[in-house]
Parts: sequence; C-alpha cells; structure tokens
Amino acid sequence: MSPAGARPLGDPVLRCEDLHRSLGQGEGRVHVLRGVSFAARRGEVYAMVGPSGCGKSTLLYLLGLLDVPDRGEIWIDGQRMSRDDDAARTAARCRHLGFVFQFHFLLLEFTALENVMLPMRKLGRWGPSEMQDRAHALLASVGLASKTHRLGNQLSGGEQQRVAIARALANEPSILLADEPTGNLDVRNSAMVFELLTGLARKNGQAIVVVTHNPELAARCDHTLPMRDGLFLT
Amino acid sequence: MSTNLRIALRFLTARRKAMVMSLACITLGVGLFVVTQATTTGFERFFIKTIVGTNGAIRIEDRIQETLRTMEAERGSDASGFVVEVKEGRKYIQGIQDPALLIAAVQRFANVSGTSEVLYGSVEMRSSFKNEAARVYGIHLDDHLQVSDLGRQIVRGDLADFRLTPAGTLVGIKLAERLQLEVGDSFQLQAGGEVRRYRVSAIFETGVGDIDKDRLFLHLGEARSLLRRPTGASFIQVNVVDRDRATQDAAHMEAVLGHSASSWQERERTWLDVFRALRLSTSITVSVFTLIAGIAMYNTLALVVMEKTKDIAILRSMGYTRRDVTRIFLWQAAMVLAAGAVLGCGLGAGVTYGVSLMRIRIRGIFTADHFIVAWSVWHYLAAVAISVVMVMAASLLPARRAARLEPGDIIRGTAQ
Ligand SMILES: Nc1ncnc2c1ncn2[C@@H]1O[C@H](COP(=O)(O)OP(=O)(O)O)[C@@H](O)[C@H]1O
Ligand SMILES: [Mg+2]
Repeated sequence: MSPAGARPLGDPVLRCEDLHRSLGQGEGRVHVLRGVSFAARRGEVYAMVGPSGCGKSTLLYLLGLLDVPDRGEIWIDGQRMSRDDDAARTAARCRHLGFVFQFHFLLLEFTALENVMLPMRKLGRWGPSEMQDRAHALLASVGLASKTHRLGNQLSGGEQQRVAIARALANEPSILLADEPTGNLDVRNSAMVFELLTGLARKNGQAIVVVTHNPELAARCDHTLPMRDGLFLT
Repeated sequence: MSTNLRIALRFLTARRKAMVMSLACITLGVGLFVVTQATTTGFERFFIKTIVGTNGAIRIEDRIQETLRTMEAERGSDASGFVVEVKEGRKYIQGIQDPALLIAAVQRFANVSGTSEVLYGSVEMRSSFKNEAARVYGIHLDDHLQVSDLGRQIVRGDLADFRLTPAGTLVGIKLAERLQLEVGDSFQLQAGGEVRRYRVSAIFETGVGDIDKDRLFLHLGEARSLLRRPTGASFIQVNVVDRDRATQDAAHMEAVLGHSASSWQERERTWLDVFRALRLSTSITVSVFTLIAGIAMYNTLALVVMEKTKDIAILRSMGYTRRDVTRIFLWQAAMVLAAGAVLGCGLGAGVTYGVSLMRIRIRGIFTADHFIVAWSVWHYLAAVAISVVMVMAASLLPARRAARLEPGDIIRGTAQ
C-alpha cells in the first residue's frame, strides 16, 4: 500500500459533499446516506468497505450520476453535476465515467468486441477502424485477445467481468466506479480482475472507487473508506 | 449504420416469435387492404366506363325558363333566399328546339371533345316472333361514336353496314334476343300511325341491362320521319376530355346555355354512392388487421422492453440518452413495419392478380365475366400509410416507457 502523500496531488477529479439519499416509499422509507463527503484524485485507488446494506452501492450510483441525491453536491472535474438535468448527466457519464457493476451486465446479443465499442460509438471521438483497434487493444489488455468475437453469453463469468472492465475503460474516463466487481468470482479470478482494474487505472491515471468485501483486496488500495449506516467512519 | 439501428437489430432477435406475429399481421393488413381496394375500385371504374361509354359524360336536355315569380324574387330578396326560389320558379320546356345552335355553343367549352344530337321516342317493335315496346334513338353515327363506346359495344354484325344502309338499325342484344332477331333480319317499327320496315345491321351490348333490353339506334333522318319530328332534338350527348370535371362543366353549361345539363356523376349518384360506401366499408373491415398488427407490436415491444431493462440501464450508464432508447425501440418497430409493408405489397399484388383471373358472372348494372381489378400505386401507398400510423403509434408507448426508465432504479433492482 503506497501512502497517499507520496503521489503528486492535483485537484480532485471527483468530489461530493454532504450527500443524503433516502430510498423506498412511505413507512418503508430508509435514510440510507446521511451526509457523505468524499474526494478522489487521478491515479488513486479507493476501496469502499462496509457491511451489506450500509449504502455503498447507493453512494456509487450517486457518484456515477445514475441517481440524484436528496441533498448535497457532486463535482466532476470541478463542475457541479448534482443538480444538472438528465441530458447533461448522461453526457457526463459518457465522457467522464466508467462503470463496472457487481453482475457483469454485458449486452448478451453482442460480441465482446461490440460491447467494448458501444461506449465509443456513443462518444463519437474515434472513427470506425480506430474504435476497432482500441477495442482489440483493450480486450488484449484484459487477456481476451482470442475471444473478441464471442457473444456475451459464450463467455464465463470472469471473462464477462473482464469484458465489462475493458468496456468501462473504453472512453478513457477520468473516473472508474466498480461495485463489487469480484463479488461473484472465485478467489483466483477475483484477484486477477482486481489486479487488472487497479493496474490499468494506475497506468492511465484514473481515479478508481471500488466497493469490495474482501479485506485482502481492500488492503492493496491506496485508500480505504470504511462505511457504516450511510456515513464514512473517518 | 447508426448505432441505435444496430442495437435495435440485435434486440429484434430477442423476441423472434412475437416479432414474426406482428410481421404477419402487418403483411396481412397491407395485403388485404390492397386487394379490397383493387377490386372495389376496379368494379367502380368499370361501371363508370360503362355509363360514360353509353350515356355520355354530359347530357344537355330541356330548356329552362325562369318564370315571372323568380324574377320578382330575384329583385326583391337578398342573395341567400334567392337560390331556392329560382328552383321553385323554374319551368322546363321539353327538348331542344335548335340543336345546331346549341351544339355550336357547347363546342366552345374547352373540355368538350365531342357532341351528338339525339332524337328519341317510344315505338312498338314487331318481328315475326313477337312484339315489344322499344325506344329508338336517332343519331348521326359518326357524331355518336365520338361521345360513346358504341363502336366497341357491337357484338354481332357490322357498323359499316349500318352506315351504308338507310333502313339499317343497331339493336340492343336483349331486345334482339326477345324478338329472336339476328343480323340481317328485318322487322317493323310502329310509332303513331306510321309503320316502317327496318333491317338489323348489327347488335350491340352496353352491359347495362336496362339499355340492352329496349334500345335501338336509327339514322337521325329515319327517326325524324318515323317519329314525325322534322326539327329539334331530345338531347345532346357530350363527351369531355377530363371526365372528372364533368359536373363543373355541366353547371357552367346550364348557366350559360339555359338548358338543363347533367353530368354522369349526377345521373349515377346512387350507384356511385353504393360503390363509395362499399370501398369504405371494406377498407375499414380490413384495417382491423392493421389494428391487430398495432396491438401485436405494442405487446411485443412491451415484452422486449421488460426483457431488456438491464440492457437499457447499461446503455444509459454508458451515456446513451433517453432519445437513443426511444429510437432503439422505434427502429425495431420500423424494421418489422418495413418488412411487413414490402411483404404486404407483394401479397396484395399477387392476390390481386390471382383474383383478376377468377371468373364471376355479373349482369345488370354492367356486364363482366371475371373479377375486375384496378392497379393503382395509391392503394399501396394508402395501405402502407395506414399501417405506419397504426404500428408506429402503438410503438410509441412502450418506446417512451423504455426511455423513462431510471438506470439507477434498474440497477438497484427496483424497477418493475
Ligand atoms: N428501493 C429501496 N427501497 C427501500 N430501501 C432500499 C431500496 N434499495 C435499497 N434499499 C436499502 O438501502 C440500504 C443501502 O443499500 P445499498 O446501497 O445497496 O447497500 P450496500 O451496497 O452497501 O450493500 C439498504 O439497507 C437497503 O435495504
Ligand atoms: Mg451493494
């Protein structure tokens, strides 16, 4: 584990302040996040740990602009996003954010290569052949160079998760959010996926926030953020 | 290919059976619409061709005289009450006194392509077999050929024989059958005290039963002496270049010439209305298929949306907008629709052709021995337009619902 101070610190690429979020309806409504504040810098890996149900996923969806906080603010690259409309948040997701969900979430009718190309097609920064080359390179970097043309449902769970990582990195996002990316993988696979994720992000200088239950993996991150009942314990 | 279209194409395969059902309904809807339009329009056009070819586009008859009462009304009241009173105050004077003058005036109308002076009267027709009441029409053959299809309606005998024979006649087929007359046979006509002998030069069949059973043509001069009408005419039959303008032309002629003028549309309004109602009711009936196609598409898309909520959330998380999601689902409908439209037009054309070969015996308002179909690109365009409206309208709802899904809700697992 490398100390945070040893790295060059820029402005945080992702920042949130006093986030509140309640979920559910009426009697069943739960105050899940109770004023979370947090900042993440490029090239750093943050591990979010805590018991099931403490609000880790809820926070991750808010940071990923997939959900709107009841109260509090989120900044991406210095720009306040928490109050923006759906179109602006969608555009920001495309440009700045990469997601890896707990369950692989590939589009199963598409090949691995096409899955990786989907975000690039939406972004429109690269031409068709460039997108192909990039997708091939990304799949090679997650060890799937030989399976680029397999359909999603012809890949194992670990392979699907690796495709999902390649896809999350496709648009060169400044922030990568991963919700228990190794949660449904065996020990060997989860170590491998975790190494890939952190290695690639460090190399590309991305901020990574990863939710994990595995203390061993969490220990290998730059920062650990323990969470209890909708608040960080620090 | 746009990315949305590419995604839509893959999603299509997810619910292949349901999509094929929608496709089949669209195909049937479009195809049957085309067939019903082709047959109803076919018969309608044939009916119009028959009546225009027989009684002409416009018929100019009795003189109209405005009575004194009308003139007073015209002077005394405002414009709104005026029309009704003109009708009340109209007096018709039978026939046409100076046909040559009237024809000269009619021919100045731009749309007019031919005129024929006709004198008719009731006679008794006697063959060696029996007697029948009949109506003689005195014509100048060449004039009348310009305003009717008489030339093509000859089924036996020869027009040339009629042209060269002063006592020659053209006899309706049913009339000839009743009197057991054949080409070359002679018979007598009696009008008033006059009895004269004539010969069958040719037998014609218009297809209209009422005409074929009591009409025969004579040379105008012969008709004049038989009917003892040395001058004047019963009516003038007018042909026009653009038959759809006949009604306006007739109204104009009536105003200018002071004679009643009726277009084929006015004369045959009853039958034309029957045809229109038939065409409308069959298209409504057949549109039920298209309605079912719309419902099927709605169901199919709703299923696909439900099945693909996770994929929608993934796409949204990558930056695909709500509009992209709407389009992905509308593209699916559009692709099935396009395939259905093409297949439906093919089906429609094929069945229309098949139907046109079917035998059916129709006598009365016209004569046909097989199904009459009309080939018009408008039938295909209308069929496709109806299916586009119904299917796309039905698709809009599920597509919108897909777009409204919140990616956060879906991933959290709370979306229904
Ligand atoms: N739709 C919902 N309605 C009510 N409560 C919910 C809903 N979704 C999640 N929760 C509650 O929110 C809390 C936080 O959930 P989550 O963020 O998924 O936890 P974690 O990811 O840390 O396991 C849990 O207690 C869960 O029961
Ligand atoms: Mg969770």
